[in-house]
Amino acid sequence: MAAAARFFIRGANSRLPVSSVGTGTSGSVGAALLQLSPRCSSRLKTQRRHAAHFTYQPDPVPTQYGETQKMNLFQSITSALDNVLSSDPTAVIFGEDVAFGGVFRCTVGLRDKYGKDRVFNTPLCEQGIVGFGIGAAVAGATAIAEIQFADYIFPAFDQIVNEAAKYRYRSGNLFDCGNLTIRAPWGCVGHGSLYHSQSPEAFFVHCPGIKVVIPRGPMQAKGLLLSCIADRNPCIFFEPKILYRAAVEQVPVESYTIPLSEAEVLQEGSDVTLVAWGTQVHVLREVADMAQEKLGVSCEVIDLRTIQPWDIETVCKSVVKTGRLLVSHEAPVTGGFAAEISSTVQEECFLNLEAPISRVCEDDQLLKPSQLLLVLKSTHSSLFPPPSSSQWRAARKRHFVDRLIRSASRWPPCPSASSI
Amino acid sequence: MAAVSSMGKMYGLCFHAARQTAGLKASRLLHRRAFRISAVHQQQPFDSSLEKPQFPGASAEFVDNLEFIQPNVISGIPVYRVMDRQGKIINPSQDPQLSKETVLNFYQKMTLLNTMDRILYESQRQGRISFYMTNYGEEGTHIGSAAALEPTDMVFGQYREAGVLMYRGFPLDLFMAQCYANADDLGKGRQMPVHYGCKDLNFVTISSPLATQIPQAAGAAYALKRENLNRAVVCYFGEGAASEGDAHAGFNFSATLECPLIFFCRNNGYAISTPTNEQYRGDGIAARGPGYGMLSIRVDGNDVFAVYNATKEARRRAVAENQPFLIEAMTYRIGHHSTSDDSSAYRSVDEVNYWDKQDHPISRLRHYMTARGWWSEDDERSWRKQSRKTVMEAFERAERRLKPNPELLFTDVYQEMTPGLNKQRDSMWRHVQQYKEHYPLDLYEKQ
Repeated sequence: MAAAARFFIRGANSRLPVSSVGTGTSGSVGAALLQLSPRCSSRLKTQRRHAAHFTYQPDPVPTQYGETQKMNLFQSITSALDNVLSSDPTAVIFGEDVAFGGVFRCTVGLRDKYGKDRVFNTPLCEQGIVGFGIGAAVAGATAIAEIQFADYIFPAFDQIVNEAAKYRYRSGNLFDCGNLTIRAPWGCVGHGSLYHSQSPEAFFVHCPGIKVVIPRGPMQAKGLLLSCIADRNPCIFFEPKILYRAAVEQVPVESYTIPLSEAEVLQEGSDVTLVAWGTQVHVLREVADMAQEKLGVSCEVIDLRTIQPWDIETVCKSVVKTGRLLVSHEAPVTGGFAAEISSTVQEECFLNLEAPISRVCEDDQLLKPSQLLLVLKSTHSSLFPPPSSSQWRAARKRHFVDRLIRSASRWPPCPSASSI
Repeated sequence: MAAVSSMGKMYGLCFHAARQTAGLKASRLLHRRAFRISAVHQQQPFDSSLEKPQFPGASAEFVDNLEFIQPNVISGIPVYRVMDRQGKIINPSQDPQLSKETVLNFYQKMTLLNTMDRILYESQRQGRISFYMTNYGEEGTHIGSAAALEPTDMVFGQYREAGVLMYRGFPLDLFMAQCYANADDLGKGRQMPVHYGCKDLNFVTISSPLATQIPQAAGAAYALKRENLNRAVVCYFGEGAASEGDAHAGFNFSATLECPLIFFCRNNGYAISTPTNEQYRGDGIAARGPGYGMLSIRVDGNDVFAVYNATKEARRRAVAENQPFLIEAMTYRIGHHSTSDDSSAYRSVDEVNYWDKQDHPISRLRHYMTARGWWSEDDERSWRKQSRKTVMEAFERAERRLKPNPELLFTDVYQEMTPGLNKQRDSMWRHVQQYKEHYPLDLYEKQ
């Protein structure tokens, strides 16, 4: 019992679930879990809608790209794809179940608008999808491939690492597949368990020749995806699926691009640099607020955006200023991309660092604690009655402040937080 | 029962179908050229009142006795041939009636490839190049198929298809430049020898991972279909590579997405040391084609005319009907797998000798030409001498040429140079300048 209770606390302390994503289509575990919800109490349903491990903070309304429209992340992806198909007659979109609109609704309406030779289903075979996309790109088409979940990109690992990434180099630039973009839903979703939650970016950044890009919201997603598609290198674009419906903001209707390999400083600060990408950016934004509020610490928050090739300059410039760095990602800590950032920063900013670089990442086990809790909840719901919405929020706050303090306690005091 | 026994003849029927529909009507072609909506419209409309299977996954009758479908491996798909081992045309209606110049060109390209193979193989033995793979015994499959294609057709290969490039006019100097990785190499000296590629000749650069080119060829064929410029794609692979998952992907994708593509399998009996009975248990590769809904044929790979005819017809129909074709060319790998392999460790010399002396694509074509008075002993002697001289000259030029500038190690990773790579390149140069006595810089082109 004690073990179980400890387990519960540990789970509650980590990220909490959101089940606003999902489409009610068959085939995904997400959908299957959603179907369970009517059988659960209405209390669970209510709290699921409200509890999240982050609060989405919309980007400011862009003014420089003309008319905008309120979009969530999946709609901004559709909008980007729509812009590409209308301006580039060679562009094709393909993957598993994209024809009827995709299991996450990212391709809704495109087949009707642009024809079934441009938006089509492939057989269920990831190595085929990426190989096919490479071939189409080599022959001059703009190929936009979808892998249904980032968790299922591994069957295509050979085609991505040995083929796509090396095409231009090995042929002496005679041939290339620069017109290939691979999109894949990415990151934890609260109840995705082992194979609907992964964050595999670190596997790919060890491979020169491809670009890996992850947006934090709808406005960013559209601009970065359009850059990936226009870029003359094969790109992998990971879409944080927990944001597909949760994140809503004003997005330009027309095409625009956000440059790759440029990190964005979202909040200036002077005591510590916080680096993340995807959903985790919103987590760190909240942490920055908490740090300011509870500790009087001024945090500089950076969204890395492009994971490979990453913006070393922006991150190092920030660390030179603040002297401290915390990197956080959803993926496991060992071999995660935070390791690359940490190592590079300590090499470049050794004389500026006032404390060891801190990595706040997932543990090296296979289920994320928050998900483990969910699994237990769904199978032993009597043992683990769902906490109320306010309990979730309190637990979340405790978790992040704890972790920040745990990291910060290893640092010499910052001038503005000498009380830690 | 009747249905089951007719299944047994399925492969044979497909073979006939491939030949009989040669004179397909133009009206039907137009109809088939349009994009079809996957398989849905090929199945019967749903009618629950009928006492027949309504499963969406297949169109078939019910059967009331239990019987498993037998694979037909004892008497497999027949091997199509045009001339016998003495170069005599067997069925005049199948004679492609090629002109003397065309046939002479076939012969010269095959023998030139053979001469280049011999010289480069020897040069590897002497440590002058690092690696080589010969084409012995498979020259007919390359030349016969290449001749049946249009020069604009895109070629995806494995690594034992140098004859296709030879036929398309790839200069000997560039073959050598690639093997020597010298400054003339179009690939900038980055890949192992025999990994050729040529944009102008639509020959996509070879890579070592097996079968990866197969689904890529499907994607390229799809893109070419959308361009509607009357181009096809041909994709070569060995029977060993056909065991890779990517082969399955490529076959299935090209069929469901209706790609104008010819899959050309060189079944030479071995994948390095692995004989075919450890590679598969069905009737070779051709028998898999119908399983994917693909028109398939098996040809004598040592008969350049049989290869030519099959490829020609497959190419015509692939482009006209937007569908893939599978050609399995039966042949024998006479040489070692590569210069890193001694094939006598796993097969008998007698076996190799049979194919080298009694059933070789080059000697068969020579018999054909001699019988027509198009080739004599003298022609043979002087051509041998001349081809050897041309190859040796290119060889010596390639050997004397400098290697590419080391700077090229860093370009083309991405289209643009990234700041990280820039830094690493600068660091390399600083290092090399400081320790130049430890590097063979004089062998490399200067900046």
